Amino acid sequence: MGRVGVIFKRELVGYFATPIAAVFIIIFLMLAGAFTFYLGDFFARGQSDLIPFFDFHPWLYLVLIPALAMRLWAEERRGGTIELLFTLPVTLWEAVVGKFLAAWCFTGIALTLTFPMWVTVNILGEPDNGVILASYLGSFLMAGGFMAIGSCMSALTKNQVIAFVISVVVGLGFILSGFAMVLDLFSGWAPQFVVELISSFSFLTHFNALSRGVVDLRDLVYFLSLIGFWLFATALVLEWKKAE
Amino acid sequence: MVELRQLRKTFGPIVAVDEVSFTVGRGEVLGFLGPNGAGKSTTMKMITGFLTPTQGTVTVNGFDVWKQPLEAKESLGYLPEGAPAYGEMTPLSFLMFVGEMRGFRGAELSRRVSEVMEKVNLEGVAHQPIDTLSKGFKRRVGLAQAIIHDPSVLILDEPTDGLDPNQKHEVRGLIKTMAREKAIILSTHVLEEVHAVCTRAMIIARSKVITDGTPADLEARSRYHNAVILRLRGPCADGVQAMLQGLPGVESAEALDGDAMEYRILPKDGQPIIGAVSQCVHRHNWDVVELSVEHGHLDEVFRSLTMPAQALT
Repeated sequence: MGRVGVIFKRELVGYFATPIAAVFIIIFLMLAGAFTFYLGDFFARGQSDLIPFFDFHPWLYLVLIPALAMRLWAEERRGGTIELLFTLPVTLWEAVVGKFLAAWCFTGIALTLTFPMWVTVNILGEPDNGVILASYLGSFLMAGGFMAIGSCMSALTKNQVIAFVISVVVGLGFILSGFAMVLDLFSGWAPQFVVELISSFSFLTHFNALSRGVVDLRDLVYFLSLIGFWLFATALVLEWKKAE
Repeated sequence: MVELRQLRKTFGPIVAVDEVSFTVGRGEVLGFLGPNGAGKSTTMKMITGFLTPTQGTVTVNGFDVWKQPLEAKESLGYLPEGAPAYGEMTPLSFLMFVGEMRGFRGAELSRRVSEVMEKVNLEGVAHQPIDTLSKGFKRRVGLAQAIIHDPSVLILDEPTDGLDPNQKHEVRGLIKTMAREKAIILSTHVLEEVHAVCTRAMIIARSKVITDGTPADLEARSRYHNAVILRLRGPCADGVQAMLQGLPGVESAEALDGDAMEYRILPKDGQPIIGAVSQCVHRHNWDVVELSVEHGHLDEVFRSLTMPAQALT
């Protein structure tokens, strides 16, 4: 196990050593369920798929993931442990990736625990499980995107509240840029490629493609490169603000 | 083992560390003294590779801290100010984590963790979350993580700050036992600590190194160096003070407490005067309660060196 693995293990165990794990998972599952059944009309639709379940994931993540991500670096900096971490023989990049992977994996655990939803829909009907699998993949990748943004915002400040608020705002930007309402603002005057560019940055555009069951390499590349970009930014910000 | 060359760090317009150069070898315990904000911690953070200097280089065991950071960090142990640790972890799991980060696995890892826990007396609290531990235990956890890999260079930022006298004594004892085969740099506000553990003392003020020498050198700069304290049982002949003042080599004699007949006799240029004083005592057959030589007051030296000239008057 390399140093990334050691950090990953410590972080992941850390979630379960504090009430964070329980609170996050319970709230996530409750909200996911409530949205699906009440807002999404899961039963009344009479269709055996999980579209009403996955449709709300961007909004759930928008609020819940920044709450998880805000402590990633802000807490290290406030507690002074950042000094400890970076005087161990570890590179900046290994630490950033290790911590991110643990947080991402934790959301993956929460997401996996929604399996009763999948069981339910399989009992009630005969859904296309390929589509559901692709949707889970898309949801997980999107969670990674939100988490990487949150990681960078957390590196910016000691203050977790500020990290949370900025993460939500940036995340909202990444959701809304796929909305017709926002795109209309541009389509009147901006060239078509600009509108497409803005729309192509949206989590929704790529997540919707995956949740329709189309696993396109471009969508995977989008999410992975987005994660890579924000983690790179995290490392830059950490290096820049270390002294504070 | 540690070499700093013209190290400089600026934060915007503020110069935190200005052209600091020195080397520390095996067996040396260098005490960093200086007022708050003088640049002690910043210098230490640059030695450990946490901060990047604006100019200059640091080498640890021959490795440049910025060109070969991993190699340099491997031979370095660091206790940051306030001994930060992950509060939700227990000392045991925390030390296991640090040990694993240092590349130890399996039996070697467990051996090192239990060894180091024994060394700093942590066994009793091995399974309690660090957040719930007292300051003294937290400091020991910090020390333990700094020495788990038996580094040849140890950087300790205020290792005894906030500890009670017994804990201070323990930590100092620990530092002393490690001193022989390591190069140790520690910062402190407690001047008595310099005596207790350091082989070398360095005063840093206004971002610069002001003095660098043995603790005895530093004391010799005090105007109380080699001063004699004399207390007599009264009532005694008048003019004792005048007689003392007239002795060869004596600069002045000040009465510390008139009724108790206690005097501090200051020498000229720090020369020993105890001989002259004791001869004088014998000659007059004074009834002596106390006769002692002062080595010098470090706090006075510290103040006179670190305060701006106008503030002294």
